[in-house]
Formats: sequence, structure tokens, C-alpha cells
Amino acid sequence: MILVLIDHDRGVLDPLSLRALTSARKLSDDVQAVVIGKSGASVAAEVGEYGAKVLYVATNSGLSDYAPMASGRALVQLVNELKPQVVLAAGGPRGNEQLAHLAAFMDLPMAAECTAIKIGNPHEVTRARWAANIFEDALVHSELLIASVLAFSVEPEAVGGSAEVKEFEVKLEPADTLVKVIGRASESKGGGVSLTDAKVIVSGGRGVGGPEGFGILEELAGLLEGTVGCSRVVTSSGWRPHAEQVGQTGTKVAPDLYLACGISGAMQHIAGCKNSKTIIVINTDPEAPILAYADYAIIGDLHKVIPALTAAVKAARG
Amino acid sequence: MDLLVCLKRVPIAGGTFLLTPDNRDVETKHLGFGISPHEENAVEAGVQLVEQMGGSLTLLTLGPTDAEEQLRSQLAIGASRAILLETDGQDWDPQGTAAALVDAIKADPTKFELILFGAESADSAGYQIHIRIAHALGWPIITNVKAMTIKDGVVHCERVVGSERELYEAPLPAIVTVRDGLNIPRYPSVPGRIQSRKKPVDMKKAEPRLPKLEKLQLTLAPSKAKSAEILGEGEAAVPALIEVLKKIGILA
Repeated sequence: MILVLIDHDRGVLDPLSLRALTSARKLSDDVQAVVIGKSGASVAAEVGEYGAKVLYVATNSGLSDYAPMASGRALVQLVNELKPQVVLAAGGPRGNEQLAHLAAFMDLPMAAECTAIKIGNPHEVTRARWAANIFEDALVHSELLIASVLAFSVEPEAVGGSAEVKEFEVKLEPADTLVKVIGRASESKGGGVSLTDAKVIVSGGRGVGGPEGFGILEELAGLLEGTVGCSRVVTSSGWRPHAEQVGQTGTKVAPDLYLACGISGAMQHIAGCKNSKTIIVINTDPEAPILAYADYAIIGDLHKVIPALTAAVKAARG
Repeated sequence: MDLLVCLKRVPIAGGTFLLTPDNRDVETKHLGFGISPHEENAVEAGVQLVEQMGGSLTLLTLGPTDAEEQLRSQLAIGASRAILLETDGQDWDPQGTAAALVDAIKADPTKFELILFGAESADSAGYQIHIRIAHALGWPIITNVKAMTIKDGVVHCERVVGSERELYEAPLPAIVTVRDGLNIPRYPSVPGRIQSRKKPVDMKKAEPRLPKLEKLQLTLAPSKAKSAEILGEGEAAVPALIEVLKKIGILA
């Protein structure tokens, strides 16, 4: 049996978790899922739709919001009871962190960011390193395989079905909930779509020239019902908030359209946007590295091309 | 406050990678070495905290003897001493690395109150060493932090998730892993560089364990390089771009 940790934020499913379910289904017909916290029960329908037969809802009065060590503890107890062969989660800060707590509690190895898994003794995995520029074939010497799935490496496949919801009461130690989300503050300009959810990202780099240059990117992004992203130099220079940074050190994204404006394409930036369905580049430099990853390019000054594009989109919409 | 920052020596990769003939490692013949990007922020945070609150900053790494170069360059930023756990130069698996670091932390005469890591290493992407160390020490850990303050023995942290900042706090002693954006790392000054040569670097041999996550070989990612279709130059290319947006379903 494969147990998949489904991540959610106050009851809203992390779509990457559906991809982890698809990975699990390719390993076994017996896929079960777990969410941490009562509010996670709301994801049951989607989890069933993507192939989990059972959804365990780990509950405890101390589990009010994301608390990674408590997740690890819940996983330990579920693993001891259900004896799965594999525990999977979506790669990413939360998935990796919660699995690492499980692995640390059990003193077992963990393979992060896997793209291929073969169950056996030992287990065989292929995992991404160096921002997925290099892949490592490795053996995991452990009966239980704890592994995360590289973000966007699998397309989610709905299979139809429903998950039986089972509540699972977790026993927590005080230390397990010492670190938890105790509050939130908004990073964006409000009402905006987040980078990970956006279908269209209009992203700006050094070529935008300064914070005021982003106005035309925001207008276009708004028109296309998308959001604004940026490269590392932009946030390091204080032009835009860190939440908008796309890249290995920022957010990894996979929108339908990634419009890279004035971005040369450092390796760490490419690592964050190369899973986009279509990449279109607007750049004055026809030799910019990002062109090697793009589907289409316009060679020109974004300060002229974007306003013309915005006008043309408005015209096309009538 | 006595702080520890953990570092890792990694090759500074450009756009393309080469592997060694046995396909086990990145070919570093023509590469320089540095530390992972987030770790520069960890060192800067450590230096700033000691400037504000007093105390000491120690650096710790596990790696080949040559990792002394990275320790010295970070000592030049402001740390007072460093510990190098010498390996055979091979990649160690996360459990072996964490165990060696835990032993060194426990054996050290300084009782650290805060240990900082970069959120992830540039090379191995294991996402676990810091958490294993937190478990072994029985300390709380907050990861992927983009803002951090310390007040009355409590570390307050912010982590960016989607379009929000999540707020966390933990009593010291604690472990925090930081991300790029936490601060702007300073460059070493000339006096800093000169002093760094005299600062103590404690070299200790680390004993490898059998890896539970055993590397067999590396392969390069298939080149995704495509040649972008050039739609044209400047505003004149906008009509062609509109056609593309229709083709890919962005415009009706």
C-alpha cells in the first residue's frame, strides 16, 4: 500500500498533491491518503477522484494549523498502524519538511524530489539534484520508502472514484506543536492570484529597469487574469516583494503562459519556470540564455512591446 | 548569544554541467567553489545578531579538507571560529551527515542558542539534515524563513507561502533555516580577509557510515533546450504574438 500525504492550507487542497497521488497509482492499485487536521477533510472528494481509496483525517485538538513536526508524528502513528510500503508527498517546502520529520522520528532514510521509484529491497529511486539539472539514481536501504515527488514531474490524472473518510486520532507530545503557524500577513497587493495558482504569469527582470516599470506588467497581467512574477535581481533590489520571485530560491511555477520580460535567464530562474506550458520571451538580447528554454520570442524593448501588446489584447477582446 | 551557522562547500555551476568519467560526481576541474546561496544569508544573519546582541558566531561544515577555503571566506565576513569535519571527499548521505554534525555540536564547549542553515543546498537537495539535527538535539525548528527577529529568548520568523507570509515562533535554543531574501549579504572587507587567516579552524576527522540513501550514479537532465521561434522585432511582432496567444488558448 502506498500512503500519500495530502497537503492543504486550511482545507484548500495543494494541487501538487494530486500529482503525488498519480505517482502513487503508478506504483500500486492500493493508494490511501492522509491529511493532517480536521479542516483537511474537505479535500476528500478530490482525493478520491484522483485515486485514493481511503482518506485518513489525522485529528487532535492541538492541530489547528500547519505544524510540521505534528504532521511527522501523525505519519509515524499511521505508518505503524497501516504498514505501507511507501509514504509519498509532493515535493516542495511543506511536503519535504513533513516527510523529513517522519524520517527523523523513525531514523529512516528519505529520498527527496524523486522522478522515478521502483519498489524493492532495496528500493530504487531517481531524484533531482542541482535544481533538476542533474538526476541521481540511488538505492534506499530501508523497508519503508519515504519519498517526495519532484514538483510538476507528473501530470495529474483523474480516475474517478471516491475515498472513504476515516478519522484518526493522533497522540501528540507538547514539543510537536511548538512550531506552528501562529498568524498570517498578506504579501501581495490584495485580490491577486498567487504565483502557484496563476494560469498566466507576466514576469519581469533587470530589463524592467526599476519598480515603476512594473506598472505595465501589472496591467497586462490583470488583463490576462494572471499575476506578476519577477527574477531574483528584482527582489534583491527591492523593486518587488519576495513572494513574487520565481526560481529555485523563490517559487517554482508551471503556468499555461510564462511571459518573461527583460529576464536574461540565470540557471536558478530557469529552474523555477521551465515547467511552464508555454514560455514567451520579450528581450532586447537575442542571445539571452532564456531563449533556449522559450517557445516564442520577440526581440525588442519591453517598454515598447508590452504597451502595444496590452492595446492589442484589448482590441482582440473588442 | 552564541550562534552556529552550518555551511556546505559546493561547486559554482554555470549554465551547463559536466560529469566525471565514472558519472558519480559533477566535474569540477574547471569550476570554482563557494557555498549555497541561502547560506550566505545565514552567515549575514549570524553576523548581524552578534553585532546587535553580542556573543559569538561559529561556522561548521562537513566536507573535504579544501572546504577550509569556504570557511575562511565566511570567517572574513565576521564569524570568530570554524569547525571542519573532514570527509574522504565523497558525498555523504543525509543521515550520516546529520549524525556527524550532531556529534560535533554536542561535543563543542560552546552551548549554542541558535543554529542557522541555508534552506537547501545547491547540489544535493535532500531537505532533511537540519530536521534530523533538530530531532537529535530535541530543539524546535523553523524552515524556509525570509524574516527573523529575536526577542526575550524567542525567535520570531516569517515564511512566504503563495501570496502570504506565515508567522512562526519558537523558544531558544532553536534551529532556523533561511532563504535568499532574508538580508543582503555583505562582502568581506580587506581587514576582514586578513583577520580571517588567523582565526581558528578546528579540523576533525569525521567517520563515514554506510549510506542508507546510496548514490549509484548521476545523469544530466535531457537538454530541454528548444530554439525559440522568433516572432519578430519590437512592436511589429505584436500581431504575431496575439496569434500565438489565441493558439495556446490564452485569448479566445
